[in-house]
Amino acid sequence: MNSVSRRRILGASATLASLSVLGESAWAQAKDRLVIGMSLEPPVLDPTKNAAAAIREVTTPGIYESLGRIDRTGAIGPGLAESWSISEDGKEYVFKLRQGVKFHDGEPLDASVVKFSLDRLFAPDSTVPAKSLYTDIEKVEVVDPSTVKVTLKSPNSFLLYSLSLGDSGIMHPKSAPTNDKHPIGTGPFMFKERKEGDSITLVRSPTWRDPASIKLDTVIFKIVKDPSAQVSALLAGDVDAFPGFQAPELVERLRKDPRFVVVVGTTEGEVILATNNGKKPFDNPKVRQAIAHAINRDELISAESGFGTPIGSHFAPHNKVYLDLTRTYPFDIAKAKALLAEAGYPNGFDASLKLPPVGYAQRAGEVIASQLGKIGIKVAISQLQWPQWLSEVFKERNYDLTIVAHTEANDLDRYARDGYYWAYNSPEFRAKWREVVAATDFAKRDELLKEAQRIIARDAVNGYLWQLAKIGVWKKDLVGLWENSPTPQVDLTGVHWK
Amino acid sequence: MLEFLSRRLAAALVTLVLATVVVFAVVEVLPGDPALVMLGTDARPDTLAALRARYGFDQPLVVRYFKWIGGLLTFDLGSSHAYGTSVAKLIGDRLLVTLPLGALALSWAVLVAIPLGVFAAWKHGRPGDWGVMGFTQIGISVPNFWFGIVLVLLFAVTWQLFPAGGFPGWRQDPVKSLHSLVLPALSLSLGEIAILTRVTRSAMLDTLREDYVRTARAKGAPERTVLFRHALRNALVPVTTVAGLIAGFLIAGAVIIESVFRLPGIGQLVYDSINNRDLVVIKNVVVLFTILVLSVNLLVDVAYAVLDPRPRVRT
Repeated sequence: MNSVSRRRILGASATLASLSVLGESAWAQAKDRLVIGMSLEPPVLDPTKNAAAAIREVTTPGIYESLGRIDRTGAIGPGLAESWSISEDGKEYVFKLRQGVKFHDGEPLDASVVKFSLDRLFAPDSTVPAKSLYTDIEKVEVVDPSTVKVTLKSPNSFLLYSLSLGDSGIMHPKSAPTNDKHPIGTGPFMFKERKEGDSITLVRSPTWRDPASIKLDTVIFKIVKDPSAQVSALLAGDVDAFPGFQAPELVERLRKDPRFVVVVGTTEGEVILATNNGKKPFDNPKVRQAIAHAINRDELISAESGFGTPIGSHFAPHNKVYLDLTRTYPFDIAKAKALLAEAGYPNGFDASLKLPPVGYAQRAGEVIASQLGKIGIKVAISQLQWPQWLSEVFKERNYDLTIVAHTEANDLDRYARDGYYWAYNSPEFRAKWREVVAATDFAKRDELLKEAQRIIARDAVNGYLWQLAKIGVWKKDLVGLWENSPTPQVDLTGVHWK
Repeated sequence: MLEFLSRRLAAALVTLVLATVVVFAVVEVLPGDPALVMLGTDARPDTLAALRARYGFDQPLVVRYFKWIGGLLTFDLGSSHAYGTSVAKLIGDRLLVTLPLGALALSWAVLVAIPLGVFAAWKHGRPGDWGVMGFTQIGISVPNFWFGIVLVLLFAVTWQLFPAGGFPGWRQDPVKSLHSLVLPALSLSLGEIAILTRVTRSAMLDTLREDYVRTARAKGAPERTVLFRHALRNALVPVTTVAGLIAGFLIAGAVIIESVFRLPGIGQLVYDSINNRDLVVIKNVVVLFTILVLSVNLLVDVAYAVLDPRPRVRT
């Protein structure tokens, strides 16, 4: 009996093994096919229905295009609008559209389609996640079939940027209702199929305006959530590239492998020790300054296997108006203790640290707890799921400290918002931010942005830890993927195999 | 037999009704607002409220419970908030991965564990027994996801005999699909093989001490007949119970194994739905699991009745 079953099993596995050899050769590396690994799955494929960054990574600018286009340096260039002009007072934007653009289903792009798309963003009954970016728009008018005029209620120096994000991708009235499942845009790639929980397949669009720039016929976004599964997917050749590799501790192994390159770039993600400024004792600036002095950024970054750049304010170091403010409250335990004593807590106090379920927060949580422990702040760590974090920490503000990365670009405006979760209410900052938004001269705006960075660094609103690195791992003969991530998107134009 | 079956069926139905109440209550008190998860940190209060109204999150609990039950009874499971697709289709697609995976793991476990257990009992107290017991000790202590990673490194990365993960889909490529379930089913079954082997071994040891076994041997029956016809048949009653329980554990184990092997199965769907607070999906999947486990238990009861006539009679 035993020998019979053993023989059968051996026979069966030999059959399977020979099948696998046949199967693999059919999947041999084609030069026009790219498999991109992603750690998060986009729930739907329409950025106007859900806030998940993964949606933007898959759909922008491959499927949907916006009026402007964000390039690999973060600069804004022409997208579906080939040019634009802005009035003196900063309240009127006139966009000149490209001619002859077609949607993947053959529908033509014209000014009325653009008006339809933009109207959806700020309409009173709109449920677009990024609605607040577009509520300064008063009206959108069709001037002629290739010209659109956008009028603002008040000047907004971030409007062009907002109109270049995936959130403002131009959709056609005919396909907009079904874009969540079957996205149709004007971009270089068309949606082919989706296997929920597994992959999303795009193919090149025959109507794209610059066919020479597209060197791939098929792009497959493959969802691989588990970090060790990400490594084995790369090693086994199932995935060609992970533009956003999530496990810094496993990078060393891939670096040694001659088949891959590891490219470390920057992101817009500031990792902060968000602090509830509305709650005792954190409402006391001296307590927050003490915390700032107690933070040892080098130690935190080494817990990230060395990936990341120290920051001293809420601003990305790769930005041209970035100021290095890491010396505002340098690491100094004696100073931190003295400040705590001055604030009336010579023996420290108890605090909660509520962590979201992301790798960097988990790794940094223990380190922060031990660093704050050295000045007498006894930190109790608790682990939260994302929905819990959103409700408990973000919405209800029921927390003392948390660690989270703010990944949006230009997100200093959070410090000017009413009722935001860190409860920072500074009339000085709000006035400064109003100036930033209303600035019509971009050079002037850059100066104002520097002042804004200084104010929040001085006020030690949150603990400013480090800027997340973008760790990209891909096969070494793959060329053209972005090394930095100025916005969460995967631009595939120009990407090709050597 | 009929009376026995209808009694068990009625008990299963009552359990199912109670389960829907518990599932609904637990899912509804999960902390976290589905609208906030969908719209993210930039959402405005008015858009959040509009979305809640659209999905009916603002209705009273009782109304929502009966709407859900009504849907279940008419096989209308509604559509997922996060994916926007019909829940029935989502679950159906995922079951096509998880059910074969579970069935493969369970049959593998039964095929390996029963002969192994019989062998260990037969060689009781001798090196063959020690070998099997040592193996089961390892099988119980090793977490199945770790075993899965080891299998991937050996069979997929080093020897490239099996894919490292993923699932091509039955329609696209049935052979490759089956192929991609082999390693996951192996890692899923390791712990179950160990448990089932131990149960078979101890049940066999008990029956081998029985008088009828001694009688059979005294009559000069061949050892094979003694082991399989007389001893194993009676030892199978506890083994069947445990195999039924294991079916439930396999579903739980599938959540982790599916993530290691990137299988778009029901375990991953539950995990994602909890993270997305996709309440409709969670509720329906959990009820489906309940139905699955209840059916397996029902099957186990039937198997008892076939193996041992005593439970058929009311005592």
